[in-house]
Amino acid sequence: MTPQTAPWFILLTPLVVAAVILFFGKISKPFSAGLAIAGAAFTCVLSWWLFAMPDFTDPIRIEWIDFARLLGPESTFQFAVPIGVTIDGLSKLMLVVVTTIATLVFTYSVGYMAKEEGYSRYFAGLSLFLFSMLGIVLADNFVMMFIFWELVGVSSYILIGHYFTRDSAAEACKQAFTVNRIGDFGFMLGILTFWLVTGTVVFAELEAGIGAFPSSGWLVAACVLVFCGTVGKSAQMPLHVWLPNSMEGPTPVSSLLHAATMVAAGVYMLARIFPILLAAPGALEVIGWIGGITCFAAGLMALQQDDIKRILAYSTISQLGYMVLGIAVAPVWGVAMFHLLTHACFKCLLFLCAGSVIMGMHHEQNIWKMGAIKNKMPFTFVAMVIGGLALMGFPWITSGYYSKDLIIEWAWGVGPGWFWMAALGVLLTALYTTRLLWVVFMGGPRSEAAKKAHESPIIMVAPLIILAIPSIILGFPGIQQMFLAIDHPHDVPGWVPWMLKAFVFLGIAIVIAIYRGAPAKDPIVIPFFANRLYIDNLYAWIVRWVQDGTATASGFFDRWFVDGLCVQGGAKFTWATGFVLRFLQTGNLQAYALFFGAGVIALIYFLIAIS
Amino acid sequence: MTALSPLFYLTLLPLVTALFIMAGSNARLTARVSSVLMLVLSLVLLGSYRTAEGGFQFLSSIPVSESLGLSLSFGADGLSLAMLLLATIVTVSAVWVIPETVERANFFYACVMLISTGVIGAFASTDLLFFYAFHEVALIPTFLLIGIWGSGDRQAAAWKATIYLGLGSFVLLIGIMGLYLSGPAGMRTFDMITLREWAETGLLNPPDWVYLTLLFGFGSLVSLFPLHTWAPQAYASAPTPASMLHAGVLKKFGLYGMLRIVTPVFPEAMQTYLNLLLVLLVGNILYVGLVTIAQKRLDWMLGYSSVMHMGYIFLGIAGLNELSLSGAGVLMVAHGLSIAALFALSGALRERTGTLDFAELGGLGKSMPKLGLLFGFAAMASIGLPGFANFPGELLIFFGAMGASGGLAPGFQLNGLQITTIIAVWGVVISAVYMLRAYRKVFFGTMPERWAGLADISPVTRYSVVLLLAALMIIGFFPQLLLQYVTPSILLP
Repeated sequence: MTPQTAPWFILLTPLVVAAVILFFGKISKPFSAGLAIAGAAFTCVLSWWLFAMPDFTDPIRIEWIDFARLLGPESTFQFAVPIGVTIDGLSKLMLVVVTTIATLVFTYSVGYMAKEEGYSRYFAGLSLFLFSMLGIVLADNFVMMFIFWELVGVSSYILIGHYFTRDSAAEACKQAFTVNRIGDFGFMLGILTFWLVTGTVVFAELEAGIGAFPSSGWLVAACVLVFCGTVGKSAQMPLHVWLPNSMEGPTPVSSLLHAATMVAAGVYMLARIFPILLAAPGALEVIGWIGGITCFAAGLMALQQDDIKRILAYSTISQLGYMVLGIAVAPVWGVAMFHLLTHACFKCLLFLCAGSVIMGMHHEQNIWKMGAIKNKMPFTFVAMVIGGLALMGFPWITSGYYSKDLIIEWAWGVGPGWFWMAALGVLLTALYTTRLLWVVFMGGPRSEAAKKAHESPIIMVAPLIILAIPSIILGFPGIQQMFLAIDHPHDVPGWVPWMLKAFVFLGIAIVIAIYRGAPAKDPIVIPFFANRLYIDNLYAWIVRWVQDGTATASGFFDRWFVDGLCVQGGAKFTWATGFVLRFLQTGNLQAYALFFGAGVIALIYFLIAIS
Repeated sequence: MTALSPLFYLTLLPLVTALFIMAGSNARLTARVSSVLMLVLSLVLLGSYRTAEGGFQFLSSIPVSESLGLSLSFGADGLSLAMLLLATIVTVSAVWVIPETVERANFFYACVMLISTGVIGAFASTDLLFFYAFHEVALIPTFLLIGIWGSGDRQAAAWKATIYLGLGSFVLLIGIMGLYLSGPAGMRTFDMITLREWAETGLLNPPDWVYLTLLFGFGSLVSLFPLHTWAPQAYASAPTPASMLHAGVLKKFGLYGMLRIVTPVFPEAMQTYLNLLLVLLVGNILYVGLVTIAQKRLDWMLGYSSVMHMGYIFLGIAGLNELSLSGAGVLMVAHGLSIAALFALSGALRERTGTLDFAELGGLGKSMPKLGLLFGFAAMASIGLPGFANFPGELLIFFGAMGASGGLAPGFQLNGLQITTIIAVWGVVISAVYMLRAYRKVFFGTMPERWAGLADISPVTRYSVVLLLAALMIIGFFPQLLLQYVTPSILLP
């Protein structure tokens, strides 16, 4: 094993595992699970090893499509799409994040899925996901990234639709795939635009080529189009609607795909093309607004949700908004990636805790059926509080504090609008997170299930404990420096960090004041937030009336006009009808043969005549 | 005269098989063995084709009329071999999925083998007229299969297909004659290789109307908008092997003709009438795509989706450069394999449920997990998921069509091809909408009681479909394997 070959082992191991489980998964449940975990652990060990090794500059690369070779040496036409790996600080960091979290979630799944149907299908899907995700991380060019981009989409589809006999899950996976494809529409057009101008799709060569853009407007357009991919994959507004619905999948899937890694791929992609984005300030403007609006609006929506997983889903959207904003405001990609790193740990932790709660509550997800389970599930309680504090950015002692505040401070100098959306987002985060924790764990039990809640098995609790540690320490400057380089802004007034800290405490205090008396249902009702700003309703209306309406109208038109005109009308006047129609309507099928036989004979006659 | 081309024997094999079957041999066994032999033979040909040399190989010619320049001649270049591979793979799959319960089995199998004869003959011919005639040979048994063994309103379906394809062929024939007659007097020939050489050296200067007749002739055979309405109905009515072979292979005849004859001979005319072609193919992608969404039955939906995907291939042809034409070639093979797999599976489904109405189906993934899984693979292939051959095909078409006329204008102006490409990329969203909706309605959700006891797909059908999917994935993972045949044989003006 050399550093050159290691990335390929990392990439291909999960694919092989997925294929083996697909074909031989029937053998036994432990075989499927064991193989998947072993595969993930293998990639994890290799990733850490690679992380410790120095960078190298001569990675192995194969030509997936290469027209120079097809057309021969004398041809001047060039077009090549390689499959190759990039190994630099960015990809090594992401490799470590993805494989470590994946290994923990795979292990946790053994406990969570123990009694579920489709056990080996589940682990095959997870392994396929890991393969696709690693492909995105390692990709050294746009097309390869797009390939794996689509493949994470399909593995997400498979895993969201795990309980496919449930109508809600069936709808959710379909929606997730379709919405992502809408984002990918822009992504593909962006790739095409870059290629059209620079003649290459390879990241390393793109930067040198952007000088060839005929106008800066086109460069901005290309960057914004590529960013559409992020909007879809990282669930930014206005394409965020699929992520809360994706919670129909098993909870470990929500944790791994829809919180920690897959949805962060959009941010990773922006970090990958960061030097190009810096050359297109107009694009950063768009990216910043989308990120800012998303982190604020998703926080609003999270305030009034009742499903434990959906609250976390909106919080994920909001945090992804911070990362996207981080790309737009900071001069280095490290700022956004720092939040991605800490968020991956604490959000994964929160979802795994939520899964533990759901298991302990016998598959109850409504927080208003829970309450007072902190003593029944002590490990889960402590871990979830740690995750929650990190999510809020609780000052000094949590990783989220360091990474989130950094983005907000950078936003100060760039735009007051972005700054205030992000800063108020901190207040919102504290509000909805404390509400979640308080209603679930404190007060009095609101159902029989809450009274009988029990702690989860050790195989599920162990990953919680392991994840709780980085959720605290990862932000500490000494530890953060081991992973990535960041910059601090210098022009931020002293009151800004204190205001952010005050927002956290204020949020916690408000929630405790309101929810203190263990109410049976939510004392605060804001339909506008509970109905997710009515965006989902708007989309449902568009699908129902615009898409399906035009589809139905086209179908009608096709049947009664295009078809009717050409056959029923037109055919009556053609030379063939009078004679052949009568022939055929007798049901004499040999007439078909005769019809064509006659044609052939006529043809031969015609030939002889013209010679 | 040299020895006969192996292509001659490849064409003869299914014909002889059909004769044997009609003479009373065991239809099932004979056809199955013969179909596998054909596949092996085509793989051997593929392997022994010298890619480094390129051009037409395995040539042989039997003169029919010296004065007309007509001869029964065979020969294949990379593109023909790719199509022959498609034809033989789909034949194997189509023959093996024929259910045991089929009535008048010998006649049925003979018809299937005759279709195979026709398509193989067409792809292996280098003589324009025989190329045309072989296509007609394949059409007749297709109509018979629809008319005799079809389901639903089979008479209407067969009749409509006859009108469209019959008239389309007739228009095409006029075009072929026009092409023939525009050759230099006294030297006229139907030999495609010579015609292409003449086109390059300027000896052949057909008028524009020849291009238009060829476009509409080939177009109606390929269900180019607005000449497409025969296709969904015919595929819905046809017995499974007939829809597999027609949608998968026979329909590619028109596209193959476009690549083989039209693009090398009519580059100027194609430029002159580019907007016409673009409008029509946008009709295929956007309009037919919407119509596909509105379908309420699986077989109709698949039929329309197949019509829609023809738009991408026409876009590749319209792009008229190395990338887009190669993409068209790859997508022809890929579409053929994936639509054949989809029809095979929907046929197996209909056998079990007796209906393909979305309203009556649901949750079948539970009672038929294997069929559901395979359908998922085929559906994903057909909507252009990476990993399957359709993806590199579409990708090359997008790149080729986008870059067909150089780079970007400094202002935000786009040329017609670029606008069409953008619409085509949006078509990828449309395909996801209709395919996932269909998959969700058939295999996901709650299952009506009556489907609880359905048997899963039989092993033979399963492996027939796996064969198609395996081919799709091999090409999808390693597109260069197919491109090394297709790309060099695309002659550019």
